[in-house]
Amino acid sequence: MTEPTTNPWPLWEVFVRANRGLSHVHVGSLLAPDAEMAVRNARDLYTRRGEGVSIWVVRADDVTTSDPDAKDAFFETAAGKNYRHAVYYTASEGVPHL
Amino acid sequence: MTSPADAHDADAQRAFDDLIANERRIEPRDWMPEAYRKTLIRQISQHAHSEIIGMQPEGNWITRAPSLKRKAILIAKVQDEAGHGLYLYSAAQTLGITRDEMTDQLIDGRARYSSIFNYPTPTWADMGAIGWLVDGAAICNQVPLCRASYGPYARAMVRICKEESFHQRQGFEILLALMQGSPEQRVMAQDAVDRWYWPSLAMFGPPDDQSPNSAQSMAWKIKRFSNDELRRRFVGMLVPQAEALGVTLPDPDLRYDADQGVTAMGEIDWDDFFAVLRGDGPCNAERIQRRRTAHEEGAWVREAAAAYAAKQAAPRTEAA
Repeated sequence: MTEPTTNPWPLWEVFVRANRGLSHVHVGSLLAPDAEMAVRNARDLYTRRGEGVSIWVVRADDVTTSDPDAKDAFFETAAGKNYRHAVYYTASEGVPHL
Repeated sequence: MTSPADAHDADAQRAFDDLIANERRIEPRDWMPEAYRKTLIRQISQHAHSEIIGMQPEGNWITRAPSLKRKAILIAKVQDEAGHGLYLYSAAQTLGITRDEMTDQLIDGRARYSSIFNYPTPTWADMGAIGWLVDGAAICNQVPLCRASYGPYARAMVRICKEESFHQRQGFEILLALMQGSPEQRVMAQDAVDRWYWPSLAMFGPPDDQSPNSAQSMAWKIKRFSNDELRRRFVGMLVPQAEALGVTLPDPDLRYDADQGVTAMGEIDWDDFFAVLRGDGPCNAERIQRRRTAHEEGAWVREAAAAYAAKQAAPRTEAA
């Protein structure tokens, strides 16, 4: 359970689903004393013009990110694994519905 | 002999420079030069403060708007401005400053906000002139900021710009209604335009040759166009709009120079601008005092919300 904090209020990251069938997308952040208030504030702040049908809030402190300094190694495309892409397979070119 | 730390900094600087050069965005956890971070904190928080202080000249007219519809629209606009301030404060927080620090800097007078909000709003037509001219100038300034190199700032600006055009159009509509009204209403509309025209041009900041931080901000791709260029662009847009309204822009030197392809304009009274910026405007003290009072009088709301959150969490914590 998230402990409420008095001072300063924690930062929350806000995610909004624009429509059924779409992913929740990060729209911004806000301050709130607890999760319930964060959802209410997010509704007031980020969905005044019909932007969405669902809101997630996550405490910014609870978000773990990859190390930006290690991003090259971390996200390096697996060279030599181009067989993971459909375009690698050329033998089937011109064959219908394949 | 360079130390490993220096070598790391040099690599990090190179990675940063490459991102900027390639029109990529800098994100919160990326390495960035300290001066870039400081410049952004100053600019974003100043921008946020302007939105928050900007609620006051208009809040002044909510109870006296001429119809229920105008009242509802003005409330929505002021609410948007609070929202813009909050988006921007959140963007600034990703750079390592807290909301409390920014609020303190504003209410004890260390932080700046746009000097435009230090002018009074004596008539209803001022709501029209502010929407048309002040929000118009703000949009002109803010649209290029949607491409600012710092990701969270650029994203906040995209959201803000979408909302701003409502503000500008409602202002135009207020002025149009007045210009189609009685002779007294037309005089009131023209008077408001006369008072807000020059301050709205000053909003773009000092002339390029007197703007100390511009070159660096443009090199970092925080700013995309110079103050003078944005100002010229704005005036060019105003001319046909003023014609549609039937108001006169209070600049006898204003003319389109077809040979040069530019709009020529008169000289802004920069002494007045800098005086207002220094704190000698008609409403500087009042605006800050009001913000300080609101913060102090709002303390119970923050305390109550925290107490409620604590109470809601308590039984669940015990049960766990």
